[in-house]
Amino acid sequence: MAEREYAYFSGCSLEGTASEYDASVRAVLKELNVRFREPDDWSCCGSTPAHTVDHVFAAALAARNLRLIEKLGLDTVIAPCPSCMTVFKKAQYGMTESEAFRNEVNELLDEPYNCGVESKSALQVLFEDVGLDAIAERVTHALPGLKVAPYYGCILNRPPEIARFDDPENPVSMDKVLMAAGVEVTNFAFKLECCGAAFGVTKREMVNQLTYKVLSMAIDSGANCIAVACPLCQQNLDLRQEQVNKTMGSSFNIPILYFTQILGLVYGLPPREIGMDKLVVSADEIVYSRITVEEMRKRAELEAQAKVKKPEKKIAKEEAKTEENE
Amino acid sequence: MRVGVFICHCGSNIAGTIDVAKVAEETKKLPGVVYSTTYMYTCSEPGQEEIQKAIKNENLDRVVVAACSPRMHELTFRRTVAKAGLNRYFFEQANIREHISWIGTDKELNTIKAIEAVRMAVEKVKQNKPLFSSSFKINKRVLVIGGGVAGMQAALDCADGGLEVLLVEKSPSVGGMMSRLDKTFPTIDCSICILGPKMVDVAQHENIKLYAYSEIDEIKGYVGNYQIKIRKKATYVDWSKCTGCGACMEKCPSKNSYDYFNFGVAPTRAINIPFPQAIPKKAKIDPNYCRQFTKGKCGVCAKICPTKAINYDMQDEIVTEDVGAIIVATGYSLIDMEKLPEYGGGRYPDVISGIQYERLLNASGPTSGHIVRPSDHVEPKTVVFVACAGSRDKSIGIPYCSNFCCMYIAKQAILTKDHIPDSQSYVFYMDIRSPGKGYDEFTRRAQEEYGVKYIRGRVSRIYPKGNKMVVRGADTLLGTQVEVEADLVVLGTAVISNADAGHMAEKLHISYDTFGFYVESHPKLRPVETNTSGVFLAGACQGPKDIPASVGQGSAAASKVLALFSKDMLESDPAVAKVNINTCVGCLKCVKTCPFQAIKEKELRDGRVVADVIETVCAGCGVCTSTCPCGAIQLQHFTDNQILAEVNAICLK
Repeated sequence: MAEREYAYFSGCSLEGTASEYDASVRAVLKELNVRFREPDDWSCCGSTPAHTVDHVFAAALAARNLRLIEKLGLDTVIAPCPSCMTVFKKAQYGMTESEAFRNEVNELLDEPYNCGVESKSALQVLFEDVGLDAIAERVTHALPGLKVAPYYGCILNRPPEIARFDDPENPVSMDKVLMAAGVEVTNFAFKLECCGAAFGVTKREMVNQLTYKVLSMAIDSGANCIAVACPLCQQNLDLRQEQVNKTMGSSFNIPILYFTQILGLVYGLPPREIGMDKLVVSADEIVYSRITVEEMRKRAELEAQAKVKKPEKKIAKEEAKTEENE
Repeated sequence: MRVGVFICHCGSNIAGTIDVAKVAEETKKLPGVVYSTTYMYTCSEPGQEEIQKAIKNENLDRVVVAACSPRMHELTFRRTVAKAGLNRYFFEQANIREHISWIGTDKELNTIKAIEAVRMAVEKVKQNKPLFSSSFKINKRVLVIGGGVAGMQAALDCADGGLEVLLVEKSPSVGGMMSRLDKTFPTIDCSICILGPKMVDVAQHENIKLYAYSEIDEIKGYVGNYQIKIRKKATYVDWSKCTGCGACMEKCPSKNSYDYFNFGVAPTRAINIPFPQAIPKKAKIDPNYCRQFTKGKCGVCAKICPTKAINYDMQDEIVTEDVGAIIVATGYSLIDMEKLPEYGGGRYPDVISGIQYERLLNASGPTSGHIVRPSDHVEPKTVVFVACAGSRDKSIGIPYCSNFCCMYIAKQAILTKDHIPDSQSYVFYMDIRSPGKGYDEFTRRAQEEYGVKYIRGRVSRIYPKGNKMVVRGADTLLGTQVEVEADLVVLGTAVISNADAGHMAEKLHISYDTFGFYVESHPKLRPVETNTSGVFLAGACQGPKDIPASVGQGSAAASKVLALFSKDMLESDPAVAKVNINTCVGCLKCVKTCPFQAIKEKELRDGRVVADVIETVCAGCGVCTSTCPCGAIQLQHFTDNQILAEVNAICLK
């Protein structure tokens, strides 16, 4: 990994509401020796507001940033926010597939973009480039009792021809990354269910109903924590959890962590460094439950011993019984 | 040399975008051409008579017809000139329809192109040599590959017609997919009750030799004379001793073997007879699960077998057979449910495929015909059927309709109500496709008499909620989202070709489409023939089809073989490779490159070694001619000189 260098595009969310995602991604990448540089003078990625108005304009906003990265001499950008990542991938796809579209977009730019930058989410980089073995190797701590529902959201791996990552209907990459880090994941059926996205502003009640479904399915799956990879998902599930409880009459109190925060925890990073204090629904319990891998091993040994002892007694009892019968 | 040129209008097919009169006028100027005319439909009887009259009146010795593709009418016109006394190879056909008039709209350019095409044909025909076919004997035995209902029908019809038949089936029993079905639509008659007697007939017919649990390793030869290598796979049971008593199956300790016959609905034993009506009713060991093979010790079946039929050291056996024709009836497969992750089949035990449900309904199935959920063995009260699970879905590369799912889903919904009277079935469908005789009435009955609720719309997701499966989809008639809480979900999984369909096609030298289904010679007029003479198709290997269609094709293929074998001799095609022994240096490169093993080495009387073509085996592909370093081997009717004459005609203006 060391010789390869990536570009890093934080985007607006990671500078604001999702600063803990930014912090935890950077920290985890550092732990895994992934080197990256950031472009100067980056601008809006071209997400939702732009592409609902004009596809060429949206692609131009994306391509402006991709051009900056191209100029840095880098060929892959890590865009942790799925909204940024998807408009980047979409612009790249549209501009490589159609020359006419590329010309239209480039006309709006100061300097033409030559389509030389591949965009990846943080999850994709960890899963495909860093690899599960390297992720597992760095683990120092365990989170006993933690059961995580991995929540991918709608656009991390869709539409398949643009995302070109994982399965569009049943993704498993986050499951595997967390499992490699020694974290237990549940069989969560609503991995891709809609969180309501930006409709939280205009149609609050609808979003509350949607997030209610996601939260209750996570609880049903046996989870006591949800892992996310998107600032909007995190906001709808975490920030609006109290709203959901009010509108839907529920009593959820389930922490919503970025999957990189969970990795940060098992890598033994200080909670503040990975923004654990920024969460609305407190994850303190998870933080306090953290123990070192060695402690965990000792605990497991003790439990195993306890288990072995019991059957011995049972066998003894059974033997006694059979003797009696004879 | 006197060449006559006949330009066909083909109604407006050619004359619409080509100035045929001008083509005739221009070609008349070509050297050697003494006669040139146009005709409305040259292939019609008066059209052919016109050619024959011209041959006599104008004393023609070469004929060129500019019309459709030679694949359409070359044979027709060869016969026409032969009847007028010319050698049939003194004829050339210029394709100005498929190659020119159908694909271009500019009449002027088309006309120029057509003139060039005719010029090529004229130069070629002037180089043509008279060729004569020889006749050869045919072996009147037929090989049927696949023992499903189509293959069995073909085998029985051929056998009844007096032919000796070899029936090769890759699984341990004949019967195919139909033997797995419970009832058949639209009559709800018991599948195995109508199939069973046919299976027994196959086993008992004196003209049929059955190779069960065998596969085709190699096919050599040509129509009338094929050499087939059949691999009899090791069953580890001596079938000459096995009586099918089933004692081994009862005692086998390996109880978790995958049951191929039941599509994994329930496990079976490592040694098993697939089903009670199996033909042949013999046991077979699955070495992937048998403890003797996986752990190296067990031997229970060997101890229990009353006839000492178990043989753990058995090896595959290769048998060679000679036949004259082949009927391919290799059937179909179903898409793996895991390819449809939105439905969760494979992840959730209570999402099953239609064929698995068929086994649950069947009295000889793993549940003795009681419908139960695989997860907790409880009788389901709400069953949801999802039609087009994979079919008509371009995104997974299956744009076609699977033909019979609409019908079997209606049947299964009716049977569900019969088995569990207080149950409710739902069917999510795109369109109800029921065009057969009595079919639409049947799907109506499901809705009207059996109260099956049909919801027009696709399912977006299936997920578990408690012990129920929630099926979420659209109701496009109401324009709303619907969710049905089901106890059991049945997917009408798409029909796909067999995984090894491509390999089999290559062995047979027949063509297959993008989806692995075999291609018939003509979609309407030659539905069971292939472009390889002597090889015929029957059943779903050609495309998804139901039982009546498969049986119909089985009989059709048999009648084609019987017609072929009604002659004792066949005529060979003289357009094959020929070696000029004066220029052949005996390098024998052609022997190595020939894909049909049609060339062998021959020692001349002076001791010189040269290549020699076996005329009847050569398929005329021409690979050898491009391999030969000294141009000694030439494909007759397509010699270097003939091809170069065409090239010169189009290059020299």
